[in-house]
Amino acid sequence: MAEVVATNQTILVVGGGISGMTAAIEAAECGKQVLLVEKSPTLGGRTALLYRYFPKLCHPTCGLEINLRRIKSNRNIRVLTLAEVSAISGKRGAYSATVKIAPRYVNENCTACGACAEAVSAEVLNPYNYGMNKMKAAYLPHAMAYPQRYVLDASLIGTPDADKAKASCKYGAIDLEMQEETIEIKAGAVVWATGWQPYDAAKIQPYGYDRFANVITSLEFERLADPHGPTGGKILRPSDGKEAKNIAFIQCAGSRDENHLRHCSRICCMASLKQTQYVKEAWGAEAKSTVYYIDIRAIDRFEDFYQKVQKDPTVSFLKSKVAKVTQDKSGDVILHGVDTEGYHRYANAHDLAVLAIGMQPSVAGVDIPAEIVADSSGFIESSAADSGFFGAGCATNALDVNRAVQSSTAAALRAIQVINKLARAEA
Amino acid sequence: MGDLNQQMLDKYRNNFLHEVEEKVDDGEWVKMCMQCGVCAGSCTFGPDWEHTPQKIFMMIRAGKREEVLSSHSMWLCTSCYNCMVRCPRELPITHIMHGLASYAHRLGLAPKNQPTRDFSLIFWENCTKTGRVNELRMTISVYFREGFVSGVKKMWTLRNIGRGLFFAKRLNPLELFVSHGCKDKDGLRRALKKADEIEARRRGYEVQPRGYSS
Repeated sequence: MAEVVATNQTILVVGGGISGMTAAIEAAECGKQVLLVEKSPTLGGRTALLYRYFPKLCHPTCGLEINLRRIKSNRNIRVLTLAEVSAISGKRGAYSATVKIAPRYVNENCTACGACAEAVSAEVLNPYNYGMNKMKAAYLPHAMAYPQRYVLDASLIGTPDADKAKASCKYGAIDLEMQEETIEIKAGAVVWATGWQPYDAAKIQPYGYDRFANVITSLEFERLADPHGPTGGKILRPSDGKEAKNIAFIQCAGSRDENHLRHCSRICCMASLKQTQYVKEAWGAEAKSTVYYIDIRAIDRFEDFYQKVQKDPTVSFLKSKVAKVTQDKSGDVILHGVDTEGYHRYANAHDLAVLAIGMQPSVAGVDIPAEIVADSSGFIESSAADSGFFGAGCATNALDVNRAVQSSTAAALRAIQVINKLARAEA
Repeated sequence: MGDLNQQMLDKYRNNFLHEVEEKVDDGEWVKMCMQCGVCAGSCTFGPDWEHTPQKIFMMIRAGKREEVLSSHSMWLCTSCYNCMVRCPRELPITHIMHGLASYAHRLGLAPKNQPTRDFSLIFWENCTKTGRVNELRMTISVYFREGFVSGVKKMWTLRNIGRGLFFAKRLNPLELFVSHGCKDKDGLRRALKKADEIEARRRGYEVQPRGYSS
């Protein structure tokens, strides 16, 4: 399946989210050979799971579509999905990486017709909706998935459902004999675009994410607002499906906290400001958003957006780090704390509480080779002067999409320089 | 005692934050507070006191020396450590509150007739004398703190508990006359004196504080 031609002049990009895609496209469009390795079955990463971008409130599908088209039409890029770099050795200009490719059980013949999904009855938690609903165990990750090919969940193999799926496929695309493969590839430079993951909200004990159904993370809220999400785009709270009109946004959930993440995750303020607009869009004048904050960090040009939201009568701001969350019998969540503007104690009831969850690097330093220097939060800070490793996007810092793309373009340029030098030396 | 207060006023002028940093245990942490309010919200005594920890820290920065040092708030702290566990900047809030209380007491600015403060003084007096707490005498001192009549009333209210303690052999009436004590009382006094001296040297005090020396 994986016939990969890679030489010392290949750039290896690890991670197929918006950062990895950008780095790969930029390098490939400069004429370099690129191998893009993605762990999950699809490109797009966490960006594809957002409902809208701030500050223009446009849909991520738009930008992703353009990038996917650039990837499709560029012969210099080879994409490997379900693939993970398990080991890497060598030096700048001469790396050798071991890539493990997990079986998809679906080959290139797939037309994404969906017959296999209809045939199987087994269901698994849908990771593309952060486990808020279930999906068939033969699935297309999401509408923007690239490659547009179905995947059979490994749990299906060996069950009658797998045979049903195979029988349903008119194109002979289902291959139940597929095995895990390990390949060795060469690369001259490596771009680490391993991205981010949300901080484990259950660790913030006083907020009760693990105890109360109506305390959710900002990422789950994105899915609630999204038409492809578990509620079809209706903002309904998880406990009883009631329309959530009075919503609390709790800022710095995990971030700027020595007990959790010591860095400021930078995007969460803007994300919550953006999400207040989803609430307004859904319920109009009945919407009521309350942002509980320490200070709003709408960095540089985003100040305009902050000012616009401040003028919105459906949004109010309460300067306080919430001390504790409880849930009453009706399912309403009660936020307890002290308003530091005037030192008033409050116990406010809301339909739903959204934790503006912090960002942490997907690989917290441990899986990344020693050539890379990580900061105290595990983000890639720099690499040795003679290294061919470059961090890109959220692997290097807590960034929004715009800044992640800038960071990736920079990483691509550095990788190109390595390849160019090498090419000159060999010529 | 007013002397020490005056000395400190002269030394630090309007820079109360600096004074707290130098004189109060863990006072150097105060400037790390980012005013998020999670300590105030987490305080079990929250609704009952005037100044929450985060408010106290802001007042220190604002130079409200008299108001901070004469506040009842530090004395109400029950050391539950909720604030300290949740503080995103890891401030040792409980310790700072105790440090402030102790410093206010040293300067003679602590609120008068504050029950926790009175209890602390009685306890310290009681246990440093013999090295052991004489519970009977301490209880009586605490009950009669506000006068004879109120003392008798309190004892009457709690008479059943007293009787229970007596029959459980947890209360020895003879203790009223003879206190039991530790073996080396002189050694204990010397140790406490030494501790006082070390603290005075470290914090730069010239005057021996009231209620601290034996």
